[in-house]
Amino acid sequence: MSNRALTDYILAVVTCRPETVAGSGAPIFIVPDERELRRVALYISKITNAMVHDLENGTFIIVKH
Amino acid sequence: MSQHLIAYGARSLWLAVVLGLAAGVSVRIRLLKVDYRIYPTYPAGVVSHIALGFIAAFLASLPVPALDHKEFTAITFLALAAQQFREIRAMERQSLEELEKLLLVPRGGDYIEGIAKVFEARNYLVMMTSLVASAVGYFFGLVPGLLAGVVMMLISVHFGQGHTVGEIADVRPAKLSFDGTLMKIDDIVVMEIGLPEMRQIISERGMAVILVPRNDDARDTLASPGQSQAILHNASTILGVYRDVDTPEFMPLARRDLNSGKVGLYLMPMLRDQEVFREIVARSPVLESSLRRPLATALGRRAKREVDQ
Repeated sequence: MSNRALTDYILAVVTCRPETVAGSGAPIFIVPDERELRRVALYISKITNAMVHDLENGTFIIVKH
Repeated sequence: MSQHLIAYGARSLWLAVVLGLAAGVSVRIRLLKVDYRIYPTYPAGVVSHIALGFIAAFLASLPVPALDHKEFTAITFLALAAQQFREIRAMERQSLEELEKLLLVPRGGDYIEGIAKVFEARNYLVMMTSLVASAVGYFFGLVPGLLAGVVMMLISVHFGQGHTVGEIADVRPAKLSFDGTLMKIDDIVVMEIGLPEMRQIISERGMAVILVPRNDDARDTLASPGQSQAILHNASTILGVYRDVDTPEFMPLARRDLNSGKVGLYLMPMLRDQEVFREIVARSPVLESSLRRPLATALGRRAKREVDQ
């Protein structure tokens, strides 16, 4: 495994309420509803081996620890 | 040198060497048994450590008879040996650090340093045992030599074992629960799990215990993340890990209750046996590098007294 993994950093933001998210740095994935939110978050987390965190406001962030 | 040593009547070189060797190698084998759980690389690791123990015992059996014959160069044996055994520490550390990168539940730096130190120290224990056994055997004969060997063995085994977590803390089974998306061990918040599927699996398969320190020394010792990591590594080795590289949610974790110093440990095992988990945690070694003793200082005791009032 590479030692250059990007850790403790938001890798991606998945949201169904785009008005609550702004800025740049991590890609923001805008999805229509909660179901899609969970599906996309799970996919990204499996692809990046990272963890999904729920901000409980319709937004998930993906962070590698 | 050896010819006139052998032909020296009652002070037999052979008796000294054989006694020293036997005592030293038995100590090494006895201590290997103790560390089987800590670092089990069987058979290659075991063979190389017995071989090194043999060399240590042999080197340490020679100086006393040799010095008796005014062969002062013999003392350089010991210096040479010490040099060699320092390298064991580096060797163990290096190989463990190399493995660490690909472990599902890493040992942690403190544990690796502890293991490396222990391996070096054990060879010195072997040498001390051999030195004493061979010296006593050489000057006083077989039976006193054997006795000295046994006594040294008991002392070595005593030094070879450290404290266990169960001695410094109460290990209690704890409840793993979710408060919304927050995972909790009793009332300690551990982490935030975003996906409901993961929360479901953790509720079904997760286990937790809580360590309640018995005093302030224990509290500060348990505060070391290296110590918790070592415990979790031990537990996952024995109970198995329900985890792969793509499920960071299932990574065993330790979190501390800042008010009381209690430490909650969370684990996703293959075998879900709460009682065994508790037992493993209680029997885990307290790492030398995590050990703290604030109560050993006057100021530490004073702080405790004044806060307690």
